[in-house]
Amino acid sequence: MTETVELPVSREHGLELLREMLRIRCFEDRCYRLYGETKIRGFLHLYNGEEAVAVGAMRSLRPTDAVVSTYREHGHAIVRGIPMPAVMAELFGKQTGCSRGRGGSMHLFDASRRFYGGNAIVAGGLPIAVGLALAQKLLRQNDITTCFFGDGAVAEGEFHESLNLASLWKLPVLFLCENNLYAMGTALDQAQAETDITTKARAYRMAAQPVDGMDVLAVETMVSRAVDEVRTGRGPILLEMRTYRFRAHSMFDPQLYRDKAEVAQWERKGPIITLTTRLKALGLMSEDDYERCEREANAEVDAAVQFAEASPWESVADLERFVYAGPVA
Amino acid sequence: MPDPLPDSRSAMSYRDAVREALRSALIADPRVFLMGEDVGRYGGSYAVSKGLLEEFGADRIRDTPLSESAFVGAGIGAALGGLKPIVEVMTVNFSLLALDQIMNNAATLSHMSGGQFNVPLVIRLATGAGRQLAAQHSHSLEGWYAHIPGLRILTPATIDDARFMLAAALACPDPVLLFEHQYLYNMEGHLTAGLEAVNLHNAAIRRAGRDVTLIAYGWSLHKSLAAAEELARTGIEAEVLDLRTLRPLDEQAIIASVRRTRRAVIVDEGWRSGSLSAEVTTRIVEQAFYDLDAPVVRVCTAEVPVPYAKHLEDAALPSPDRIVAAVRTVLESSGSP
Repeated sequence: MTETVELPVSREHGLELLREMLRIRCFEDRCYRLYGETKIRGFLHLYNGEEAVAVGAMRSLRPTDAVVSTYREHGHAIVRGIPMPAVMAELFGKQTGCSRGRGGSMHLFDASRRFYGGNAIVAGGLPIAVGLALAQKLLRQNDITTCFFGDGAVAEGEFHESLNLASLWKLPVLFLCENNLYAMGTALDQAQAETDITTKARAYRMAAQPVDGMDVLAVETMVSRAVDEVRTGRGPILLEMRTYRFRAHSMFDPQLYRDKAEVAQWERKGPIITLTTRLKALGLMSEDDYERCEREANAEVDAAVQFAEASPWESVADLERFVYAGPVA
Repeated sequence: MPDPLPDSRSAMSYRDAVREALRSALIADPRVFLMGEDVGRYGGSYAVSKGLLEEFGADRIRDTPLSESAFVGAGIGAALGGLKPIVEVMTVNFSLLALDQIMNNAATLSHMSGGQFNVPLVIRLATGAGRQLAAQHSHSLEGWYAHIPGLRILTPATIDDARFMLAAALACPDPVLLFEHQYLYNMEGHLTAGLEAVNLHNAAIRRAGRDVTLIAYGWSLHKSLAAAEELARTGIEAEVLDLRTLRPLDEQAIIASVRRTRRAVIVDEGWRSGSLSAEVTTRIVEQAFYDLDAPVVRVCTAEVPVPYAKHLEDAALPSPDRIVAAVRTVLESSGSP
């Protein structure tokens, strides 16, 4: 079971967490509409329901820490500080996008924020995270690498190889598994003989704990502790964030594999509802506060969409640019 | 203090040349490290890294578990993080277990990130057949990797290139795959006096000739040189071009040589279908078709998984005899020079 954490929270802190989650939620809801309007194409994986993980986790990281992410990474990117207009422009495929229109939804990058990308091969980012941490260790930087991945990734060999290597070499990696219970349409218990992901980490002598991924305060506390521990250099840690994806896997998913009742049940304990209920019960916020935060978030999304709309396309003459960093004779 | 590097005038093996290349790189830059299966305590599967663990320590000569995908990916991450990794994948055959990292990450990250990231990673791999190791240890997949934009593919075939290509690869900001033919490790030779560096851009004429161009790389270069020697006895002067770099190809050198000799035979240890030899042929046809006196001919590995039995393996691979025969065919089809 996840550890129950009853944390003191101030109005200011609580509202900040809420604002960040609403920034993601409003961004994702707008993306859903923009996909219908064909402004965004390709694969689009939305993060609704999992906002507490990105928001709670990213707060403990330093600007010099490295972040490796997945193809469901809009939330990670935005909370890490990539400007929302650059993210939206990337989804539009524009030159001003954070990958200059070459990556799209699944491949957001930002070197200045040490954001090493959405990786669209499940578990493909884990070995890279191990290498980034190896560099941090050998260069004696006091930085760590945080690596997001989903429950689907634990079926891949790269997950097992990477956990072993990180633990064997005592590397400063924080593995954050976003367990939303489904790898596309395959439920965890349909794919794994052992469904407790922390057990797998412990097989590699790695400290591991489950966390209620719907409770942003719990995520924040557990990640903060884990980050401090990883930063001491004693080795990697895995946290299993138990969460749920409210929307379809991608825009091409009729969701035949799960009941609407199951989705509704998880929505009732969603991360935004959980936090607002707690803050209201403590008398720390009102419905007006919520509406103001939502209005602000939507205004930011509006501005991002306007920026993306107005941005130029990359010149076709630059099609082959960036394939090599060095000269091509 | 490290031992001084050996006198470049003395004879050395290809293996020694690669080892000295590694030593020089490790001495020159503290960010350089070597990682792979059995590179440390074992001394390298082909004894290339023997003694390096003792000289440079376990942080820089790093033994890995048999986890190709993880340690190649870790090489990518370490390169992104500011180190200069040399990852040894014991043989190209095992690189298939790391193909996701090589193709989906190393080759794509620069472009996919809009040029924000680059991957200055060197992967060394032993390649090729010829030692009765059967199908799973005898692949020649360098031409296959040369298909992939974002990678640079090197095939050192001489002592000079074995000694100096690594430094050039490490200076390159892009992922480089460096293919060392397993049959060449025991080859002895001399470094060119005074040579201190090589470039990665130019193919090299290893033997000049006027009648036909033999285009080769790796072990096939030496088979081509042997064939040229044989042909010279009957008055046929073959030019032998060492491609050295399979991606990007030195197209100018290929076309210039073929324009002079008007005939081309391509020798490639890869399979014929969809191969590097097919690519070279196409470039010649695209750019020098009207300069040719005869159709281009290829000498490739037979389209079978490379077999174990020696007579079968020999029959499957390019050989000097097959190259000589191919040249005679080309000359007959165009009238003798």
